[in-house]
Amino acid sequence: MKFSEHWLREWVSPQLATQALADQITMAGLEVDAVEPVAAAFEGVVVAEVVEKQQHPDADKLSVCRVDDGSGEPVQVVCGAPNVAAGQKVAFARVGAVLPDDAKASGFKIKKAKLRGQESRGMICSASELGLEEDTSPGILVLPADAPKGEDLRAWLGLDDCTIEVDLTPNRGDCLSLKGLAREVGVLNRLPVQGPACEAVPASHDKTFEVRVEDAERCPRYIGRLIKGVDMTAETPLWMVERLRRGGVRSIDPVVDITNYVMLELGQPLHAFDRDNLHGAVIVRLAREGERLVLLDGQEVSLNASTLVIADERGPLAIAGVMGGEQSGVSEKTRDIFLESAFFTPLAVAGQARDYGLHTDASHRFERGVDPQLTREAVERATALLLDIVGGEAGPLVEVASDDHLPASRRVVLRRTRLEQALGKAFAVEEVSEILERLGMEVETTDAEWRAEVPSWRFDIAIEEDLIEEVARIHGYNRLPVRRPKARLGLRSDYEARTPLARLRRQMVARGYQEAVTYSFVAPELQKTLLPEAVSPVLSNPISADLSVMRASLFPGLIRTLQHNLNRQQSRVRLFETGLIFRGELDDLAQVPMLGALVCGSREPEGWAAERTAVDFFDLKGDLESLLAMGGDAEAWRFEPAEHPSLHPGQCARLLYRGEEAGWIGTLHPAVRAQLGLKVDALLFEVRLDALTHGRVPAFMPLSRYPEVRRDLAFLVDENLPVQALLDTLRAEAGEWLSECRLFDVYQGKGVPEGRKSVALGLTWQHPSRTLNDEEINQLVDAIVNESRQHLGAELRT
Amino acid sequence: MDHLPNLVTEARQAIQAADSIPALDELRVRYLGKKGEITALLKGLGKLPAAERPAAGERINEAKQALGAELESRKATLEKAALEARLAAERLDVTLPGRGQPSGGLHPVTRTLERIEGLFTRVGYDVAVGPEIEDDYHNFEALNIPAHHPARGMADTFYFDATRLLRTHTSPVQVRTMKEGSLPIRIVCPGRVYRSDSDLTHTPMFHQVEGLLVDEGVNFADLKGTIEDFLHAFFERDDLSVRFRPSYFPFTEPSAEVDIQCVMCAGEGCRVCGHSGWLEVMGCGMVHPEVFRHAGIDSERYTGFAFGMGAERLAMLRYGVNDLRLFFDNDLRFLRQFA
Repeated sequence: MKFSEHWLREWVSPQLATQALADQITMAGLEVDAVEPVAAAFEGVVVAEVVEKQQHPDADKLSVCRVDDGSGEPVQVVCGAPNVAAGQKVAFARVGAVLPDDAKASGFKIKKAKLRGQESRGMICSASELGLEEDTSPGILVLPADAPKGEDLRAWLGLDDCTIEVDLTPNRGDCLSLKGLAREVGVLNRLPVQGPACEAVPASHDKTFEVRVEDAERCPRYIGRLIKGVDMTAETPLWMVERLRRGGVRSIDPVVDITNYVMLELGQPLHAFDRDNLHGAVIVRLAREGERLVLLDGQEVSLNASTLVIADERGPLAIAGVMGGEQSGVSEKTRDIFLESAFFTPLAVAGQARDYGLHTDASHRFERGVDPQLTREAVERATALLLDIVGGEAGPLVEVASDDHLPASRRVVLRRTRLEQALGKAFAVEEVSEILERLGMEVETTDAEWRAEVPSWRFDIAIEEDLIEEVARIHGYNRLPVRRPKARLGLRSDYEARTPLARLRRQMVARGYQEAVTYSFVAPELQKTLLPEAVSPVLSNPISADLSVMRASLFPGLIRTLQHNLNRQQSRVRLFETGLIFRGELDDLAQVPMLGALVCGSREPEGWAAERTAVDFFDLKGDLESLLAMGGDAEAWRFEPAEHPSLHPGQCARLLYRGEEAGWIGTLHPAVRAQLGLKVDALLFEVRLDALTHGRVPAFMPLSRYPEVRRDLAFLVDENLPVQALLDTLRAEAGEWLSECRLFDVYQGKGVPEGRKSVALGLTWQHPSRTLNDEEINQLVDAIVNESRQHLGAELRT
Repeated sequence: MDHLPNLVTEARQAIQAADSIPALDELRVRYLGKKGEITALLKGLGKLPAAERPAAGERINEAKQALGAELESRKATLEKAALEARLAAERLDVTLPGRGQPSGGLHPVTRTLERIEGLFTRVGYDVAVGPEIEDDYHNFEALNIPAHHPARGMADTFYFDATRLLRTHTSPVQVRTMKEGSLPIRIVCPGRVYRSDSDLTHTPMFHQVEGLLVDEGVNFADLKGTIEDFLHAFFERDDLSVRFRPSYFPFTEPSAEVDIQCVMCAGEGCRVCGHSGWLEVMGCGMVHPEVFRHAGIDSERYTGFAFGMGAERLAMLRYGVNDLRLFFDNDLRFLRQFA
């Protein structure tokens, strides 16, 4: 809501400078977004009359005018505007005037000049040259014929004014008018508020037009009036155009301007129909599904059955409270007007505009609630203005109202104990009564409570808390007490077995990773390239196509981040991210917290002592294993060779936690890499956070005082045999006193037959309460060797 | 026996000339070993007349001890020199950088969220999280924002279908916590939220931290105190001015926007604060009875407050970041600044 400060001050004018007034409004909850002067700074511009206009002898597009500014002899002025004409009243910048800054200079000063040989003493101004409108129309500003010659233009147009723009919250529809804002300013400053008189206009003919309200629930009050014989050639007076402009409304024609003016002034949206285009009766009813209507903006809509319309006997004319129709609106040919002022309930209008892709000043107000007691006042005010400006004869009012459906007056009780408890402060009875009364409530006070009758314009006040807020707001939030909540200092247990996410993050940081935060929605093509089978929810209104599908993995975001950094000469990238991934259709959706990482480039940063080798699978696996170990439950994790569409089939493992799939690790598939245009290898993993954070509480084992026995065994196995299989066999056969198993060498080459590899293991046994003897160890070793030979084809190297 | 002095002189010279421990050991054997020359003299004592023996014995022993001491001293000298030579040879340039993996760093949003969570958990709040794909009920209905409520226009919502959407705030987590029914409640809810808005000052995803405290006797003064404490602690400035402006959220009543004195210009007025000297940093209010009704909490007995803030906005103010979009570009040159 944007309005002229001068206009507001006609209603109520506190002794406050503009900024102080804006601050006061802001602190009352009507946030002022902007305070701007209504016109740029200029001086020395007066109202003048063009008394003579002649063609410039040496320039086709210039004219030589004689301009009378009331100060004596008319002066000669050369003017380039096509619309200048003798007899016009114009805005005239005298020699010495200073015009607003433009792109070329600040404070452009008017001097005597010669234009193509003709003397010019001053300048006839356009609206844009005075900073009165943004668009640069080529013509000069033509003032009304009654503009007083010689009068300073700033004073005459009231240009030493500001527009104040308030960003109103949706609950304060009552402030979407000068009347409402003035009421609020009056409350804040304890000042009376004086608006324009809205007296009933006596009918000067008795013609009416039938109104039938078929849906009184949605339209509890409808008032119409026939105004005959209007003059559509009349012009909207400049003062009204200016107020509309300062309220952010463009002037269209005098009838529309007047309805808009009354809407700004009182808050009641109005509509004017051309009587000649109404047939039979005005009917307020729900639309029939599929009925068509061409709206004022030229758009044709197909109506749905929940939309309230204004119709006549032939069909819909307007969407009630939203927008009129093109065909039934006023035009330059209109002679008789049917003026509508109605109360549509918020629920009748809510959502309707949006359903048709519309948002209008009227729907904005009706959705938030228009004072149902304003209907008649507004129609009288508009009639008076119409008769003044476009003439015509007003008929009697036709009113259709349903008391049963008009909002009942609400009485809300505020208990003293509740108020004190809620705000932490005891108030004087009179202060609270006075605040509520100033807000327009009728208040009945008892020892224990205030009973307030809510005024018809306050749709937002319905319960006790609403009154508490009003008291707090008017009293001032910043004058209310401050304290700290009290709570019992009771301890609660935590879950020691669970590794906090913060610790996992820090482990990644310690391992040299930078944390990334990427969007949860990704480009569908990228996701398809990486995970062709993945199903994840698709946004129906994405911000752009490349942010339209929910990520089914952390890989797309990590890879995009890699690309971003590679494109900025960062060749060594180590990233991790935590967050939800989204898997499945909406009805069968899993939102799974994950931790993912990506590495690329050299193992260590370039340095005097650094190896120049590229990071590989086992670097990343080592980092991942360091996370798995944090829960103290590393044995519950397994890596098994598997295939994943984004990963190299020979360098990829599925992670299992207690036998269940919990993640993936591998090298980005070379074909996928090529498809993504990546020139370097990248390795990735992602793991389910619930598994990662799951651990166990340490359980102490006594330290043995007896000696350890170590045996080193080297096996020859098929080169494709996973070492895990050998380890599993070994653990199964090594007995319960095996305390450690180290895999210290894997070798292929000289001395090892083609197609085989040598795997060397160091096994350590220790008994808690005695010394193990050679014989029992030999038996265990034999069992290991036999089992490995039988099931894995492993031979012991000797 | 007569050549003892010569022998001692010769041995002394040899010891002084020895330049290694093995050479010294050789000399020890040669003179003092079992078959050594001095030892031989001692063994020869028996051949002397008995009257001369004590005196001769004494001289030989003196010579033996003197040479022994000489050997030890020379050994110490040689060892010291050897150690010094070794130390000199092993000298490193300790100003060279160390080896290994340098640390990475947390994202500034995580850093900010962890700080905020820490401030609240330290006084007894829990951290609660929830799903990001939400339904209309938890994101709107249960928060007193029925269909067609004008407040739905306040947040541009990403939808999947008629009822499922990306949460526009972390308030659904509050709804879920209240519905679980255990009271009192003290939680903070950090997390990703989504609004379909993208320009210089908006990204379609950002992070919020919301807080909720529900207990008997909680009031607006508690809310003011909590918010003031939080802002003072977060910006580490106890003199930071904080003001509360009436505002509107469907799920709180009374509701307030919270402004702080601009931390960039100390309230003098600058581009960041739009020359007003104040920065809007969060919204808050007392939980609306309708929200309690949806959650099945008796609003006559229990009251509560809720607040919410944008993590990126606070991070920008705290660290002086001037472009919101940097948080989601994940440029390493940006991320490394917060390590």
